[in-house]
Amino acid sequence: MDNNAIEMLGITKTFPGVIANDHINLSVRDNEVHALLGENGAGKSTLMSILFGTYDSDEGQIKIHGKEVIIKDPNAATALGIGMVHQHFKLIQNYTVTENIVLGIESTNKFGMLDLRKAEKRVSELSKKYGLMVNPRDKIEDISVGMQQRVEILKTLYRNAEILIFDEPSAVLTPQEIEELMDIIRKLKAEGKTIILITHKLKEIKAVADRCTVLRRGKYIGTVDVADVSEQQMAEMMVGRAINFEIDKSPPRAGNIILSIENISVKNIRGILGVRNLSLDVRSGEIVGVAGIDGNGQSELIYAITGLSTVESGSIKVNGTDITHMTVKERIEAGIGHIPEDRHRYGLILDFSVAENCIIKNYDKSPYSSRFGILDFNVISRHTADLISQYDIRAGEGPSMKACNMSGGNQQKVIIAREIDLSPQVLVVAQPTRGLDVGAIEYIRKRIVNERDKGRAVLLVSFELDEIMNLCDRIAIISKGEIAGIFKAGEVNEKQIGFMMAGSKKVEVFKETVK
Amino acid sequence: MTEPAKKRSFKDLLLKSDAALSVVVVLLGFLCGTILILCVGRNPVGMYKAILQVLTGYNIDRHQWYVRYVGEWLAQSMPFILCGLSMGFAARVGLFNIGGEGQYVVGLTIAQVFALLGPQFSVLQWVVALVLAMLGGALWGGIVGWLKAKYEVSEVVATIMLNYIALYGSRIIMMRIPGTNTYKTLDYPATALLGSSFLQKLTGGSMLNLGFIFVILSVIVYWFVIEKTRLGFGLRATGFNKDASRCSGIPVTKSIVLSMAISGVFAGLAGGIVALGSFKYGRVLSGNDGYGFAGIAVGLVGNSTAFGTMLAGLLFGMLSSAQPLMESNRIPKEITFIIQGLVVIFIAIRAGLRMAITYSMKKNILRETQENE
Amino acid sequence: MLVSPILITATGGMICERSGIVNIALEGLMVFGAFAAATAHFFFEPVLGPSSVWVALLIGSLVGMLFSCIHAFASISLNADQTVSGTGINLLATGLTIFLSQIFFKQDRTKQFMLGMMPGPGGIYPTAFIALCVILIVWFVLYLRPFGLRLRACGENPQAAASVGINVLKIRYIAVLSSGFLAGLAGSCLVLTTNTQFNSTTVNGHGFIALAVVSFGRWKPLGIAGASLLFGTALAFSIIANDYSILRALPTEVFNIMPYAITLLTLVIFSGKNYAPQATGKIYKKGAS
Repeated sequence: MDNNAIEMLGITKTFPGVIANDHINLSVRDNEVHALLGENGAGKSTLMSILFGTYDSDEGQIKIHGKEVIIKDPNAATALGIGMVHQHFKLIQNYTVTENIVLGIESTNKFGMLDLRKAEKRVSELSKKYGLMVNPRDKIEDISVGMQQRVEILKTLYRNAEILIFDEPSAVLTPQEIEELMDIIRKLKAEGKTIILITHKLKEIKAVADRCTVLRRGKYIGTVDVADVSEQQMAEMMVGRAINFEIDKSPPRAGNIILSIENISVKNIRGILGVRNLSLDVRSGEIVGVAGIDGNGQSELIYAITGLSTVESGSIKVNGTDITHMTVKERIEAGIGHIPEDRHRYGLILDFSVAENCIIKNYDKSPYSSRFGILDFNVISRHTADLISQYDIRAGEGPSMKACNMSGGNQQKVIIAREIDLSPQVLVVAQPTRGLDVGAIEYIRKRIVNERDKGRAVLLVSFELDEIMNLCDRIAIISKGEIAGIFKAGEVNEKQIGFMMAGSKKVEVFKETVK
Repeated sequence: MTEPAKKRSFKDLLLKSDAALSVVVVLLGFLCGTILILCVGRNPVGMYKAILQVLTGYNIDRHQWYVRYVGEWLAQSMPFILCGLSMGFAARVGLFNIGGEGQYVVGLTIAQVFALLGPQFSVLQWVVALVLAMLGGALWGGIVGWLKAKYEVSEVVATIMLNYIALYGSRIIMMRIPGTNTYKTLDYPATALLGSSFLQKLTGGSMLNLGFIFVILSVIVYWFVIEKTRLGFGLRATGFNKDASRCSGIPVTKSIVLSMAISGVFAGLAGGIVALGSFKYGRVLSGNDGYGFAGIAVGLVGNSTAFGTMLAGLLFGMLSSAQPLMESNRIPKEITFIIQGLVVIFIAIRAGLRMAITYSMKKNILRETQENE
Repeated sequence: MLVSPILITATGGMICERSGIVNIALEGLMVFGAFAAATAHFFFEPVLGPSSVWVALLIGSLVGMLFSCIHAFASISLNADQTVSGTGINLLATGLTIFLSQIFFKQDRTKQFMLGMMPGPGGIYPTAFIALCVILIVWFVLYLRPFGLRLRACGENPQAAASVGINVLKIRYIAVLSSGFLAGLAGSCLVLTTNTQFNSTTVNGHGFIALAVVSFGRWKPLGIAGASLLFGTALAFSIIANDYSILRALPTEVFNIMPYAITLLTLVIFSGKNYAPQATGKIYKKGAS
């Protein structure tokens, strides 16, 4: 079989404390779409970073079209015809599309000045040829995420890439945009390109991939022909055991309205309204999910509830008490719990120990603090040890272990332990399972359902539609800062939700799908 | 294989312990200073002789003990320790307070003014003067904190501006006091002075004064507040991660302002102690005394801990009080500033030193495993 | 006369910050430059006459660049805290220059040279032209040359720049060394036009004012030029105030305070951090995403 575009043989890469790639073999045939499947932390991104020259491998060799090569930096990779469409776009926000594409290989005119006009022409040609519609003069900060991704793709095509690596491309797209992306990939394949698709989304692999290589914990597990396997089989290869996608949960026993949000408008960090006239209720004993694409007002909604942003108009009530203008501390005392989406930035103080993180919301109350403001570290330590055993937190050094030394899953458990321990009336949960392995994900979802069964009001904000549809009793769809519709689970399917996320009105959506 | 094992543990120590690194950095600074002196053709032994005399009072050349030098050493250490605490307190909260100089001047000015114009009653007059000096420092520091918290103004630039404003402002105020010429005022009333005859007898006539009590108290209070109180907890949290602290209900703006204010208290106290302890009259400053800037180095070397800062302050006090002796050994006194600057730079590359050590450790391990195969 | 050094230093600061490195050491670098120029001019003047001024300028600039190597190495290669290493250089500058003065001249300031830089036609010092040239050249490179595009990219998103193969570390080194050269040049201009010797009050905070100018000028050449004019005028005020009897009544210190107070005020009013290059001051680790 010597029509291999790429062969990676025996690739090994270690970082301090972890073997990211353990003697991995990968072969990608010419002009195929090859998926690289694995959980978070399996080593897919590392492997591709080595291919693209961002990292050096410790051991192993790479062959392109049968010839052994050394790829020491992205320039070398580009020269070999390899291009990478990154998960986190490598774009300069206040540069134009053309400037971003041309950066690094700019052309100059006879005075030595930048010649952007020539570049613009080439960008237009490429964009028409591959169906990647962009305006060369737009600034990145002004265009949509889908369009930004197209700029990333054009960057590789401008440099004559024949092999394209896509790193988790659908993470930031609406279901419709994902469809468009699948079309783009098919078109690129038709034009002769070889494509590697890094993903953990089984549906997409089934949609466009020819073959799929599975990695688990840095090791190569196997390569399969996508047509010959089911999603369930691929999932089992990925995780190593049979997994149940569905969560066991009893029907909701919703009680009174605990959280009442009425007509709120909230400004975002750029001073424009991120949320306008939004109303939502959450009852005790139910999980309400907020589905939407990142950037449609979810953050502003959460900040408004937790007190991190001011509410311009409207009101928020917890159990009848108006908390609209309360400070963060007062809201915590009024019963608002918060599991934030960015655990490193908002959830934990990484330089603090587990114990210090556990008491961060109530350290000034007894028994942790005496009347004179002196902390009682013995009590704090004992309490933390309690929580560690209750919540199965792996903290090798006990309560005094620094948070930054723990794994992502355990860090999240600390946050959950802390919040639940405060017995909040309302639990606001944002992206709780992002970046975690399947075991941690299962545990956390079970805990959330647990809290709901205890009678809490749970508001779940997530970008993963599966998570919303699996866990939530009611689903609210947010689009451009407004609620496009609220439904009971089971009343809407994924396609309809996708339409509403992209901005279609409820009425149109149901008309569409009935047809 | 005990050789490599021993080396590894020393390097391990450097990696894990900030204190060990500080010691190494100081020694490096001295080494460079010594080399510099050699380069310009002077005898570095003169520097070390001066240092010995200051630490112990023993003059090698004359074989005599002069206790006064030890007293001077301690006396001169006071403002260094306090300014170091000032810098350190802000650093614990994540702020880079280089406004110690300005806060010092404000404290000094207020102490001078109160000493000259305030009511004269024994004991309490100087106590009140010092307290007012501390409040002045708090104000001057608090402004910076407020500007930073509310307007995101860099505390680095704001403090420098306020340093100059304080200096010139001090001149304007002092010159308005009746009886002042271009560089000094009338003498203070005796009730305002910090000198103590007991201490003076003990140390053979040095300038060591009652301010020392305040310094020891400051070190203890510093340690206690940061490590043991909930105030310190909240401040430390804010310093490590503003966002998470806000999310947890800790009032971040208030914390920043409070930290800078407390930081200013220490520096202001330093100014007050120098004003009323080292001089018998008020001064119209023509330039900065420099303790504020030195405090930066002291805080960094002391790694923002109470005990470390005290030691570092004693070190700098030693260098400073050795200056006249150095001059008489033909070493320009500016060598102390140079050593200070080098120390700060070396501390800055502390992270780099760690990287270099890790890299060489990795290479050793690799080499060992290759040898074993 | 006072505007030019600020403009030159601020231009250096702009280059540096646009590439992603905060350079607090501008003050110290100006001090080194001023000292070197004053010393060089003192020694060369009897030999070369008035043209030794230009030699002094060059030496001052090179010395500034030399010391900026320390900051560059510390912040770029060793990932040190940029504020700390910058402050270290400032402390070092104060100490080392006076120390060397003691060694060379046996006093804490340089010996006076005869004639500094003389004003040309219209009472304008040649330094004004130097400053103008500097800002024009820098504007050209920064906005019209590929190198400028890449440099600005390093300050906005160094990972993005690295992903297209740009050597971020090399560009940052160039930026820091350039700012050192310019700061040294500015310090030399300052000492040669305002005084006949270098002492501890020669630079007196101008380097920090230049930092504020960069911020106030929103990191753009035009803005910086305007801001330098404003601040330089405020500084000059204390000198020209003597010519107006009403103002003479106020103590000179009031005018001394003004530039610093104005700087502070403008920082507050124009506290728009949105204008700063996104990645300035952050530690850059290769290969991180």
